[in-house]
Amino acid sequence: MSLESFMKEAISPWMKNKGPDADIVISSRIRLARNLRDVPFPMAGDEKQLEKITEQVDAKFAGKSHVKFGELELLKMKDLKENEKRVLVEKHLISPNLSNESKAGSVLLSEDESLSIMVNEEDHFRIQCLFSGFQLDEGLKYANDMDDWMEEKLDFAFDENQGYLTSCPTNVGTGLRSSVMMHLPALVMTKRLNRILPAINQLGLVVRGIYGEGSEALGNLFQISNQTTLGKSEKDIVDDLRSVVTQLIQQERSARETLLEESKIQLEDRIYRSYGILAYSRRIESKEAMQRLSDVRMGIDLGLIQDVKGNILNELMIVTQTGFLQQYAGEILTAEQRDERRATLIRERFRLESSRELNDGGGDT
Amino acid sequence: MLCQECQQRPASLHFTKIINGEKTEFHICERCAKDKGEYMPGSNSFSIHQLLSGLLDADQPFSSTKNKKVKKAQPELKCSHCGMNYQQFAEIGKFGCANCYRSFEEKLDPIFRRIHGGNATHLGKIPKRQGKDLHIHREIKELKENLKKQIEEEEFEDAAKTRDQIRSLENNLQKEEGA
Ligand SMILES: [Zn+2]
Ligand SMILES: [Zn+2]
Repeated sequence: MSLESFMKEAISPWMKNKGPDADIVISSRIRLARNLRDVPFPMAGDEKQLEKITEQVDAKFAGKSHVKFGELELLKMKDLKENEKRVLVEKHLISPNLSNESKAGSVLLSEDESLSIMVNEEDHFRIQCLFSGFQLDEGLKYANDMDDWMEEKLDFAFDENQGYLTSCPTNVGTGLRSSVMMHLPALVMTKRLNRILPAINQLGLVVRGIYGEGSEALGNLFQISNQTTLGKSEKDIVDDLRSVVTQLIQQERSARETLLEESKIQLEDRIYRSYGILAYSRRIESKEAMQRLSDVRMGIDLGLIQDVKGNILNELMIVTQTGFLQQYAGEILTAEQRDERRATLIRERFRLESSRELNDGGGDT
Repeated sequence: MLCQECQQRPASLHFTKIINGEKTEFHICERCAKDKGEYMPGSNSFSIHQLLSGLLDADQPFSSTKNKKVKKAQPELKCSHCGMNYQQFAEIGKFGCANCYRSFEEKLDPIFRRIHGGNATHLGKIPKRQGKDLHIHREIKELKENLKKQIEEEEFEDAAKTRDQIRSLENNLQKEEGA
C-alpha cells in the first residue's frame, strides 16, 4: 500500500475538516453514557444478557440510515483481530477497556467515524461524537440527536432526581463528558500552564496529558474535560468548559507572541532543529516524535514553516502509534523496529508534503 | 498470597492506600485491578477510583474495632435485582444495575455531593419518550420549593398563586394518567 492511500484510510474523515480555532484546539468530544433500565450493567451482567444487547443494536440501528451520520456499521470485538482493535483504540473510536475486557462488546460506527457508540463498555451505551477544532455545541447537538434516536426504541435507566443512571457514580445525572484536546506548547515552554492548572481544577474541570503518564503530556497535548455530571444542565456543563477553553486559547496565543517577541531566535532554532530531525532521522521513539511534531506544528501555526500543512501533527500523532505502524507494516513489530518504521513514515510523509508542493503549488485545502 | 478481591488468583499488585489517615494495604491480582479500574493503561480511572473509595469509606471515618461492631449490627443494604450489596459497591466503586440506586439510596446523597461539587439532583436532560410527564413533575417540584420559601417569608399572596399553579399542573397530570 502506498503511504498516501494508507494515510487516507488511517485518518478518520472527520479529522480532515478544519474546525474553528484549529491552530490550538485539535478536537472536541462529547460522550453520553446510557444504560438499559432492566438489564444489569455490563460489569454485573452475564454474557448472554449482554450478547442480546448487541443483537438488539444490530437489529434496530445497524445498517439504518441516520440523517446526519449516514449508515451505521456494527463491529463486534470478538470478530476483530488484535491489531484491528488496537487501531480503533488509537483512533479514539473505542476504549482499551472495550477492546480487551468487555463481555459481548461491540461498536457502532458512522462512515465518517465522527460517531461511535460503544456497546457493553462500562455502561451499556457510550455515545461519542468527535469533531475537529473547537465545536462543542455541534458535538452536543448531534450526541443528543443520537440519544433521542436510540431512546425511541430503548428504555433507558433514568430517574427523576438522579438523572441517567450509570455504572460509575462519577457519571450519573447527565452522563455527559465533554472534552477538548488542546495543543499548548507556548504555555508549557513559558511555564505558565503550571500556574493555570490549579485554577482550572477548582472549576470542576480535569486536565490530563494525552497518552502520557501522570502529569507529563506528550507533544504538549492536553485534554480538558468536565468532572461534574450531576446538578448542572448539559448546556451549562458545555458552556463552563467552553469559557475555560476560550481563555486558554487566548493565553496560549499571548504566550506565543511573547516567545516570538522575546526569544525569536531560540524559538526558531528549536523549531527548525525538530524539523530537521523529523525530516532526516532513521529511528525515533514515540515520545521524541511527539515533541518534535509539536515543535513543527507550532512553527507552522506561527508562519515560520510554510511548506508543511498544519494537520501533519494530527495525522502523524495518530499513525505513528504501535497499532498503525504494525498495520502499515503488515506484521507485529518489536520496539526497535517500530522506532525505525516510525522515522521512515515521518520522513516519507514530509517528503510527500514537499512533492505535493511541487505538483500543485501547495494550495490549502 | 491470594488476591483479596477474588480469593482465586495470586495477588500480583501490592499497594498502600491512606484513607482518613489510616493505612490500608491492598493485595490484588491484575484482573481485579483492571475490573476496579486501577492501573488501566491510558485511563485516568485510578485517581477517580482512589477518590471514590476514599469517599465511600468516609462513612466510617474511624474504623476502630468498636465502630466495626456498630457497622456489623446495621442491616445490610442489598440490591434485589443484581444481588450487589453496599459493601461491594463501596469496594468496587461501581453500581451493578439501575436498581442499585434505589437499594443504596439512603447512602448516596453525600457521595454524589462530594463527587459532583455539592450537587445531588439532576437538572439536565429528560428522555424525550419516557420522560413526558417528568417535565411536569419537575415544574411542580420547583413550584413547591418556591411555595415553601414564600410561606417562610410570609408572602402569602404569592404563595396562594403558586399553590393554584401547582394544583392546576397536578390536575393535568391526573387527567393524563387517568386517560
Ligand atoms: Zn483477583
Ligand atoms: Zn443492582
